Amino acid sequence: MGSQGGWGQSKEFLDLVKSIGEARSKAEEDRIVLSEIETLKRRIAEPDVPRRRMKEYIIRLVYVEMLGHDASFGYIHAVKMTHDDSLSLKRTGYLAVTLFLNEDHDLIILIVNTIQKDLRSDNYLVVCAALTAVCRLINEETIPAVLPQIVELLGHPKEAIRKKAVMALHRFYQRAPGSVSHLISNFRKRLCDNDPGVMGATLCPLFDLITADPSSYKDLVMSFVSILKQVAEKRLPKSYDYHQMPAPFIQIKLLKILALLGSGDKQASEQMYTILSDIFRKGESTSNIGNAILYQCICCVSSIYPNTKSLEAAADATSKFLKSDNHNLRYMGIDALGRLIKINPEIAEEHQLAVIDCLEDPDDTLKRKTFELLYKMTKSTNVEVIVDRMIDYMININDHHYKTEIASRCVELAEQYAPSNHWFIQTMNKVFEHAGDLVNVRVAHNLMRLIAEGFGEDDEGADSQLRSSAVESYLRILGEPKLPSVFLQVICWVLGEYGTMDGKCSASYIIGKLCDVAEAHANDDTVKAYATTAIMKIFAYEIAAGRKVEMLPECQALIDELSASHSTDLQQRAYELQALMGLDVHAVESVMPLDASCEDIEVDRSLPFLSSFVQQSLEKGARPYISESEQSGMSHVNIFRSQDLHEVSGHTLRFEAYQLPKPAPPASAPIAFAPPTDLVPVSDPTYARDIQPPPKVPSSLDALSADVGVRLRLEGVQKKWGKPTYSSSAASSSSSTSQKTVNGATHLDGVGSMSAQARDNLYDSRRQQVEVSAEKQKLAASLFGASSSKNEKKPSSHKTIKGSAGNVEKPTTMVKAVTSSEPTEKTSVPPPPDLLDLGEPAPETKPSVDPFQQLEGLLGPAPVQSTPDSSVVAGPREPDLMALYSDIPMTNLSGTSTNPTATNFYAVSKNPQGATNVSTLKKGPNPQDSLEKDALARQVGVTPSGKNPNLFRDLFG
Amino acid sequence: MIRAVIVMNTQGKPRLTKFYDFQPPEKQQEMIRKVFGVLCNRPENVSNFIQADDIFGPDCKIVYKHLATLYFIFVFDSSENELAMLDLIQVFVETLDRCFKNVCELDVVFNFNKMHTILNEIILGGQVLETSSEEVMKAIEEISRLEKSTSAVSLIPKAVSGKLGR
Repeated sequence: MGSQGGWGQSKEFLDLVKSIGEARSKAEEDRIVLSEIETLKRRIAEPDVPRRRMKEYIIRLVYVEMLGHDASFGYIHAVKMTHDDSLSLKRTGYLAVTLFLNEDHDLIILIVNTIQKDLRSDNYLVVCAALTAVCRLINEETIPAVLPQIVELLGHPKEAIRKKAVMALHRFYQRAPGSVSHLISNFRKRLCDNDPGVMGATLCPLFDLITADPSSYKDLVMSFVSILKQVAEKRLPKSYDYHQMPAPFIQIKLLKILALLGSGDKQASEQMYTILSDIFRKGESTSNIGNAILYQCICCVSSIYPNTKSLEAAADATSKFLKSDNHNLRYMGIDALGRLIKINPEIAEEHQLAVIDCLEDPDDTLKRKTFELLYKMTKSTNVEVIVDRMIDYMININDHHYKTEIASRCVELAEQYAPSNHWFIQTMNKVFEHAGDLVNVRVAHNLMRLIAEGFGEDDEGADSQLRSSAVESYLRILGEPKLPSVFLQVICWVLGEYGTMDGKCSASYIIGKLCDVAEAHANDDTVKAYATTAIMKIFAYEIAAGRKVEMLPECQALIDELSASHSTDLQQRAYELQALMGLDVHAVESVMPLDASCEDIEVDRSLPFLSSFVQQSLEKGARPYISESEQSGMSHVNIFRSQDLHEVSGHTLRFEAYQLPKPAPPASAPIAFAPPTDLVPVSDPTYARDIQPPPKVPSSLDALSADVGVRLRLEGVQKKWGKPTYSSSAASSSSSTSQKTVNGATHLDGVGSMSAQARDNLYDSRRQQVEVSAEKQKLAASLFGASSSKNEKKPSSHKTIKGSAGNVEKPTTMVKAVTSSEPTEKTSVPPPPDLLDLGEPAPETKPSVDPFQQLEGLLGPAPVQSTPDSSVVAGPREPDLMALYSDIPMTNLSGTSTNPTATNFYAVSKNPQGATNVSTLKKGPNPQDSLEKDALARQVGVTPSGKNPNLFRDLFG
Repeated sequence: MIRAVIVMNTQGKPRLTKFYDFQPPEKQQEMIRKVFGVLCNRPENVSNFIQADDIFGPDCKIVYKHLATLYFIFVFDSSENELAMLDLIQVFVETLDRCFKNVCELDVVFNFNKMHTILNEIILGGQVLETSSEEVMKAIEEISRLEKSTSAVSLIPKAVSGKLGR
């Protein structure tokens, strides 16, 4: 124990810590802490506790509260301690109050005065302690009390104080921006402080200010750039170095600020390119902090106006991250990739294998990040793979929060990019099955709506096929135990609506199933209600079709049970069902029309069928109905009177309505109780009250779903489901929706994606030196195939540009995707060149490559077909190829290298394995050439990865 | 900004907690428990980052470092760079190491007020203030020197030193 005395604590405290450390259970620990609290309560209240001793008590209080126990009895002593003259005690007091009190605590008012005094102290450490407390304890109301002193301290000779004063002012800005808005110029001033530490501290508030309003700080771009330059060039004192990096935290902060200022601002961005590439060049990727700077640099590049060279550097740095063994770096790499693909979707392709590795990594954080990336790069061509993967992953997570998120992402992607309705329904079923309680109810309504409305095309056959497949799958799924409530509602609705539609299942079979559902979920009224209404619908259809339905015993039992239910809703449904069974065919048809869930229901709010009754009543001297808006200004008495009049005409004023229980039902909806004779002609008038006034509403549930159908606007969803977008990947990958798919265009796209698949597979089979598992390759192909197919399609758009109008969309969408990168760079080529490609004026080599791919697609038997309708694609393929050949000379007119590339292309096409051939294709010392080569190689099908070192030596080396 | 700094041992006992947005003690305990639950389920040799929006609110991440019997945990939002935070933990630990000469859990337990002092020099109001452990050390030494000189003037310690001697 003697040695521990050196920590300056008493034996009691040491014993306390020790006994807590030795506690074997939470209960034992609690007991120890509670007895400690008792001791402290007693001791602290003793008169004349020595101050030194008091300090220890306060520290013990903090300790107790850290362990989760209430120490509020001692707060006042902590406050008192801040008044002490001794620095050590004062600091302890401040420490305790900053940990104990929140800024709105009543005791704060007792501290403000002390803080004011301390801010004026001669001892700079006292001022520092007060500033620390200011950052924590001052709220909006007390800001004015200390603000003048803080501003004064901005000019204090000690840099530590200037720094903290800046931070305090920043804190005020965060708390109440209005209170310091007139002082913002001070931050700009402090940016020029002599002390780099103060300057660095100033960057924090400036970052917040610029986030809020970048446009007012554009004038500072030059200053930030020059500061960054000086820092990067090690012009700061050595003491700011951290692990041999010059002031890395300042650099990172500056890069963040520049990213904000340069976003969407070409002029500002241009000032940054030089320094950014400098930092990339000096980039130190061996230390953690060096990588932090590189990462921040990538973020900056991806945020500012794009510049080819810095994007290149950023892509390089990203690939280094991804290739690293360090999980942290790979995590950063995935994040960086997610940023870069927003600008250039093709970058992802290079790293497909790395991405897939991350997906299979045991590290959950990395996995989640990778799913985030995949979510960002989903398009109609890879949606199936990605969503399947997501669902697989989703099934295995326990964390509700994240499960909800990933389930809603699956739904979102499926709604947006679903290749077919069938797939969509299957996917939704899976999501509902595993995370049904976590998804939004809206999703269930969308699904029902989709099944009801079908393709949105006039293809009844396909619709009914879709429905019967849905019914079939639901009947199967019903066998599973423990389905979520929302999913059961969907199932019941679909079974009721379409269960007997295709004639495969008998009505009694479906009814039996529905009864089982209702029985198995006795506690879930909503499910029971859905099931009952579904049963009613099936009965109605059977009656309408003139078939005799026998009542199953379990169904009768269900009805009996529900009629006695506590839920009025269930009761009503049961009675409705019974009433319906007594109706004749015509009445049933008009009450429950077949397959009418998509019909619009027009609710005539004026209720014209009541007018004769109203007229009669008026003639008898009743008061006219006063609308709700008029009523609002009137007394309750009047409201009641008018309601009573509607209910039972002839009643006189009843002021006692509030007190006496009325035999009549609640008066909230007087109109509903209009005399039954005014309703639709129904054979049995006693049940008419149960059927709701608007004659077309089949039941309250149908009204609900129809209503939802009317209200829910699934913007654009229906459009995306159509067939045209299925094969065209461009529409989904680019932000543009102005897509003009003219007849041949979609087929062309089909060729593109198909040949990509074929090419990938062909290549896989040939590439033996690569020892990556075939499964992974396949996954990569299906994930990234889309982007590579896009790669090939572009040139075809160049060629066919004058011929097929349908393909004009391609280049325009590409341009949009880059968010207007400099078009001036490549004005030589008439058709809009591919701005996304990093290699500069490369377009002339591309056309020569493309036919090769398409050729290869022809050569191979195209083993894997993701496209279901390959027969459609086969037709236009040949003519297209011919067109390509004839077009080559035309597109190459602008380039001088026409002939060599053309011949090279033939050479390559004869030897499709030619990864190495490709590297001899072109010789050139400059990086542009190697980039072209890279692009070319990629199109040939070589996946750039660590496994092809000789190909990329000149690129990266 | 940085939302919280937590130091806890591998049994989940908090050794230092500092929340830069006020959290009532019960909430703090709950967060600490949840963080520990996540941390102790992490395998070895994985990344030091955890997405923690379910514990600390949207957009929050955790960077942690496992050293001997302690977890050092920083909680922050998207305005901070993860790798830089990892280095900030390094700064903090380096400073502790300088301060206590081969820091161990016991030092941390018995000196958490000193830990707070160090942390206050590095992070202020959720913003990174100082990242050089040398500078922090200078400030700390200055504080303890001045504290000693003022307490020498004041007239207490007899009783305490007597108690310690026992």
